[in-house]
Formats: sequence, C-alpha cells, structure tokens
Amino acid sequence: MATFFGEVVVAPSRAGLDEEEEAREETPEDREIRREIEKKREIQVLWSCAEESLVCSRFVVAIGRNAAAFLSSFILDSVCWEVIGVVKLWNEWCRTSSTTNVLPTDSFCLFYRLISDPTVLLCQCSCYVAEDQQFQWLEKVFGSMQKKGLQVTILSTCPVADYKTQESTLTLVSPFLKALKTKEFQEQVCCPLLEQPNIVRDLPAAVLSYCQVWGIPAVLYQCYTDVIKLDTVTIEAFKPLLSSKLLKSLAKDASESTKILKKFLTTSETHNNIYI
Amino acid sequence: MFIPCDRGGGSAAPDFKGFTLLMPAVSVGNVGQLAIDLVISTLNMTKVGYFYTDCLVPMVGNNPYATAEENSVELSINAEVYSLPSKKLVVLQIRSPFIKNKYRPFCETLLSWVKSSKCAMVVLLSSSHAYQRDDEQLLGTPLRYLLTPDLEKAVGGRMKELNWKEMEKVAAYPGINDTDKVLHIPGGGITKLLFTESCSEGIQMAVLLKFCSEGDNIPDAFVLVNYLNEWLQLIKSESNDSTDPSSQWKIPSSWRLLFGNGLPPALF
Repeated sequence: MATFFGEVVVAPSRAGLDEEEEAREETPEDREIRREIEKKREIQVLWSCAEESLVCSRFVVAIGRNAAAFLSSFILDSVCWEVIGVVKLWNEWCRTSSTTNVLPTDSFCLFYRLISDPTVLLCQCSCYVAEDQQFQWLEKVFGSMQKKGLQVTILSTCPVADYKTQESTLTLVSPFLKALKTKEFQEQVCCPLLEQPNIVRDLPAAVLSYCQVWGIPAVLYQCYTDVIKLDTVTIEAFKPLLSSKLLKSLAKDASESTKILKKFLTTSETHNNIYI
Repeated sequence: MFIPCDRGGGSAAPDFKGFTLLMPAVSVGNVGQLAIDLVISTLNMTKVGYFYTDCLVPMVGNNPYATAEENSVELSINAEVYSLPSKKLVVLQIRSPFIKNKYRPFCETLLSWVKSSKCAMVVLLSSSHAYQRDDEQLLGTPLRYLLTPDLEKAVGGRMKELNWKEMEKVAAYPGINDTDKVLHIPGGGITKLLFTESCSEGIQMAVLLKFCSEGDNIPDAFVLVNYLNEWLQLIKSESNDSTDPSSQWKIPSSWRLLFGNGLPPALF
C-alpha cells in the first residue's frame, strides 16, 4: 500500500487466517510439535504464601517497564512490602525464571503484598506476555484470588502514535493519561476517559476485559508517550494517580521517590550504553 | 462461552430459542464485521452478554455505537452479543483477529453454543479475495450465498426467487482434473470450517459473502448488509429505486478516523 507521501507500507493482511493455516491438515508429527511448544509456552504462577486463595481488596497491576518503574519509585519498598509470587514464562521475546531477585533492567513479573494490610497486592509485569499466554495469565493469577470485594487498577503505557484524534499527533503534548473503566467501577477517575475510536490491546486489555466480564470494578490508566524506553517524564506522568483514593495511602515519601527514580535511570542508561 | 451482562440482577439469562444468530467471519477487508456494526447500530440493539474466549486477541474500548455523551462511557470487549427480541435476532460481533491455532477451538465452542442456545439459524457474513476468483465467478454480481443442506430445504426456494447466486465450487486440481470440485473461500477466515462443520452437525447455516479487496471496505459493507436485508428484511427499504439504500443504515461513531489522524498543520 502506498501512503499519501508515496512510501510503500506493508499492511498486515486482514484476511483472517493464512492460506496455509487454512488448508493444511495437521499430521501426527505436527500435532506433537505443537503440543510440545504449547507445553513450553505454558506460564506458571508460583506463590510463596501458604493461602490457597488470596483475599484481596486492592490489586494494582503495572504493565510495561515505565509503569513498573512508577511502582518501584513511588510505592514499593522492601520494608513495607514482601514478594509473594512470581510468573515464570517463556516466549519468543522473553524468558523469566522463578527467581524473585531481579534487577530493574530484567524482564520479570512479580507480585507483592503490603505487610501491614495483606489484602493489598501489587504486580509489576515488565516482561512481554504473548497473545496466547495472556488468557492463561488471567486465569492463573485471578484464579488464585477471591473476587469478592476486589478492586483492580491497571497501569500501562503505549506509543502516542497509536492515539487516534482529529488533530495531528505532532501537536499533542505527550505524555498524557487516558482511562477506561468497567461498568462496576464507581469511583472518581483521575484523568479523561479514552475516547472512541481508540482501543487498548494486549495484557492491559485482557485484564480489563476479564474484570468487565466477571463484574469486578476495575480501571485502566493508559499513558500515551513518545519515548519507548524507560524515561522519567513518562514515569512521572502517572503521578496524578498518587492523589487517587486507591493509591494515596500507599505512596511513600516524595523526596525519596525522586532519588530512587534517578538511580533507576542511571542503572538503565549504563545497561543501554554501548560504550561500557 | 456466553456470559450474560447482568448476572445476579434478578433477570434470567436471555433466551435465544428460535432466534437467528447473525455473526461475521473475520475475513478480508473486515467486511462482515463492518456490516454487523451497521446492523447493531441501525437497529439500536442492546448488549446482552459477552462471548468469553481465549481464542481472540484481547481488546477494549469505549462504546463503539455511542450516540451521545451519556452513552459513550461503556466498556466494549473483543466479542459481544447483542439482541433484538422483537425481530428474534441475536448478533455476535467479533472485534479482533484469532490467535494462531485457535480458530478450530473457537468454531467448536461457537457451534456448541449455537446448539445449546437453540438458535434456529446462523447467518454468517463473510468475504473472499476478489483476485482469486475464477472465470465463472468474475461474471455478474460479486455476492454469493451458501446454505447447509438442512437450511436449503427451508429457504432454498426463497434464494431462487431473489435470483441469488450460490458460491461456485472450484476444481481441486485445475487443469488436470475438472471433475473434482471443492469449496474454496480464500481470505474467508473461519468461513469454510464453520460451514463444513455446520453441514456435518446439521446446523442450519447460511453464509453470505462478497468478493472484495483490502482498502476502504465501507462500500463493501453496505453492499453486503443490503444483500442481507433483501432476504431478512431487517429494515424497510423505503422505495425500490431513486434513494440510496445505504443512507438508511446508521454509521457507528467508532468509524471515525479509519484512515488516520489529522495532518500536521506545519505541512501547509
């Protein structure tokens, strides 16, 4: 397809299935290979706490590096929070192990619990969860939680180029926050709601869909940003949420947060520098 | 799996016994999905539930059929069920593509839902690659239909009256043997699988499809939905000619910006 400016862009086919997939009958060998791959791609959620079913009142899920870094710098610390679970997964982009000792630059998915109120859970998911693994993630994570009285908050980021608006994206001031909420969510939302025809995909969408279908109050804060890497401006775009009813009581001392944030970026910069 | 919208609200799960289930195949140009959008939006159908499945890519957004500020905030997901009891119509809209290797389990779950909900008939709106038509298919109308044997008995005559063209079978080995003919719907996504499964399971299913190419497929969606309307008469055609029938369909608000954002003012 040629665009307005003449360059040729290969558009993904919207024809549903590929011809090959449609026509080919699966041989026993194919089936075995597919099963083995499916087994390898199966995700495991390992909880270190004894409870069979977690009682949870608030569950905050941060998806992506920037959202995860926001939790690390403004909410999490090792005094008030304990790690209670980890997701072990394998896919084409990402491998995570069952270790809970992670560097901020690693890809990981960890669950934390507030020591003073064990019904408050956080999840940092900086790893890529593939399309075929998202449903499993939901079933396994929410499967071990009691849904009564549960409220879910999802934080995530995506490129500002994905934002659809009447004006040009060049004139938009990014980063900015947009929210989506399920029918049951009655509280005040801290930013404007996401307008049609904008949509959200991937794990944040999967979590919100799950909550909508099963009647769990949930809100998704999507940060539209023009930086894809870890970045202070993007992380700080989530700051308005600290005044929300949900996160207000969890926020830690602001001066310390800025310090942690700085440290975060220096670590990530040294990792991304080819001149080490 | 079908999950009704308001569980525990006192009302029983909706009953679709004897209803016609209208749904799209995710196919070339998303024509079926666009046509379904027109039906839901024009008939002002109410959402009654979700089709909760691991086979579709997840997506969420606000109400795609919003008409005013008040009804714009209402979360929509990848597969939702709408109903209009006065016309005995239930519609399944699919808003995202299939996850690799998941189309077969999707068809199985869907057909078992059709059976358990006792829908009278399934109408599948689909499309097929225009460039893969054979000589015979290049002639005349780009619209085709298919009926499972069980439905053929009931409505085959009506299709003849309407002067509709059945989807041709094509030679399995062109040039070598022209007697072995098979059903071939390139770019039709799950159409063929769903149709053949329905034939063998005795489900009454009709497939309505249009040959098209990818691009701006809004005109294709209008043609397909008008084709459907010729048969099911979902909306009254006001007059036989003169007025454009497409004007009677209501374009949903979510069709805005299909071709991208505004241009940067610095360009001019």
